[in-house]
Amino acid sequence: MSLLQAKRLEKHYGRHVVLEGLDFNVEAGEFVTLVGASGCGKTTFLKILLGTESVSRGELRLDGQPIPGEPGPDRGVVFQKYSVFPHLSVLGNVMIAEELRDSKLLGKSFGAARRRARDKAITRIEEVGLGRALKKYPHELSGGMQQRLAIAQALMMRPRILLLDEPFGALDPGIRQDMQSLITRLWREQQLTIFMITHDLKEAFALGTRLWVFDKTRHDPQAPEAFGATITYDLPISERQPPEDLPARLAARGIQTLAQETLP
Amino acid sequence: MKRLINLTPSKGGRWLLGLLPFLLLAMIYLALSNARLAENPNDRLLPAPATMAQTFYNLATEENVRTGQIILWADTVASLERLLIGVAISALIGLSVGIVNGGLPLVRAKLSPLVTVVSLIPPMAILPILFIAFGTGEMAKIALIAIGVTPFLIRDLQGHALRLPDEQLIKAQTLGASSWQVLTRVLLPQLTPRLLNATRLALGTAWLFLIAAEAIASQEGLGYRIFLVRRYLSMDVILPYVAWITLLAFLLDQLLAWISRLAFPWYHAGEGDTS
Repeated sequence: MSLLQAKRLEKHYGRHVVLEGLDFNVEAGEFVTLVGASGCGKTTFLKILLGTESVSRGELRLDGQPIPGEPGPDRGVVFQKYSVFPHLSVLGNVMIAEELRDSKLLGKSFGAARRRARDKAITRIEEVGLGRALKKYPHELSGGMQQRLAIAQALMMRPRILLLDEPFGALDPGIRQDMQSLITRLWREQQLTIFMITHDLKEAFALGTRLWVFDKTRHDPQAPEAFGATITYDLPISERQPPEDLPARLAARGIQTLAQETLP
Repeated sequence: MKRLINLTPSKGGRWLLGLLPFLLLAMIYLALSNARLAENPNDRLLPAPATMAQTFYNLATEENVRTGQIILWADTVASLERLLIGVAISALIGLSVGIVNGGLPLVRAKLSPLVTVVSLIPPMAILPILFIAFGTGEMAKIALIAIGVTPFLIRDLQGHALRLPDEQLIKAQTLGASSWQVLTRVLLPQLTPRLLNATRLALGTAWLFLIAAEAIASQEGLGYRIFLVRRYLSMDVILPYVAWITLLAFLLDQLLAWISRLAFPWYHAGEGDTS
């Protein structure tokens, strides 16, 4: 059975259809990258996976169960920003996951439990290369380091799915490269299942094993909200090179991506 | 010549410039006081600084014949006790209601309109009710401060809680946090420095209600003293007392600012303010 299954999934707000006709199966270990024009429902889709938006029609199953209506420890997330807690140090930010589990009442552990949580957290922090910044607060970290911290934090729970909403969108190109190799390494080592939204087609091809392009297939100029977006391309990425004519095909459909011009 | 907006004073110059208005005011006072005293040496309205210093010294050192207490310290202790208890109660209520209001939509829907309405009631208008309900003792004065300050704190903290990025609440849930844990580990620590900040702003209001309550019904206290000696036109008591209250208010404000900077460095870095 697939990890994630959607059958005729739809999402609308009142009469405004955002997503329609989503049908897919995603197996454990896949790395799905999501691209599409701004406002085409990629983020809404991620929110449905996360549980902060509900399914309007159709069904979405995680491990055969309908997806829960609220965020939970089985789905980790890294946002573009505000992903880490400003009032906790690097260590505190990663430890908190373990502490919340150990101590239901206080959410803080002491003694042996605390040492255990600390050791576990330090392993995660070292994986993302922040071993020398344990005591620092997020405001003392650069944007890239904050995103590393957010990834370490999300991986503490060993989530079934990791959701990344343009995690590197605000980073400089050089740092972005480092982050891409980091996420690839973690995905391989820990056999994660990842959904990642990106504006950067090149990034989408470099990282993913599967590329989804979100776009509207039907369009009514009189009522732009009548039809929603769906997955128009579901491309397996094996050779890690985009098809020659893809940028042209995307451009023909009016899909704008920031990095279109950087494609070969 | 640079534009005016680009001219900044040097470090020493800033001190001097800041001092200048104070000096100016002092000089104006001295000139007026001297002019009046030259006309009538017994004038009580603008006493000479030496007279005020002498009176203040007496108030701070001599025991009252009837009660055996030193007036200034008895007044200060009584007033500070009322002020601090009142503000502490407000802070406690403000923080807890602010957190649940900000964090739990179900509670917010019930309480938020009530808080808004209550915050619009002028506290001085219900002072008679407090006197009737609690008598003219300490309780009524503390209640007045609490009623005057709490709604402001609740609204400020609730607003701040609502402005916390949703991402943080979602993130906490993906880390397995229960509602209780979100409130105590995400909202509480982030609202505490905000509470200190809001309390600093509310201290002025708290002093206002304290002095007002003391002026109306009290046996001791800084506000009581000022209003008592008003009958004798004792400006030599009133002016030093006002200065003393101002100093106390300033010290309290700085104390809260210092605690906040010390305990919550991340808050001040994030806000970009170091005041």
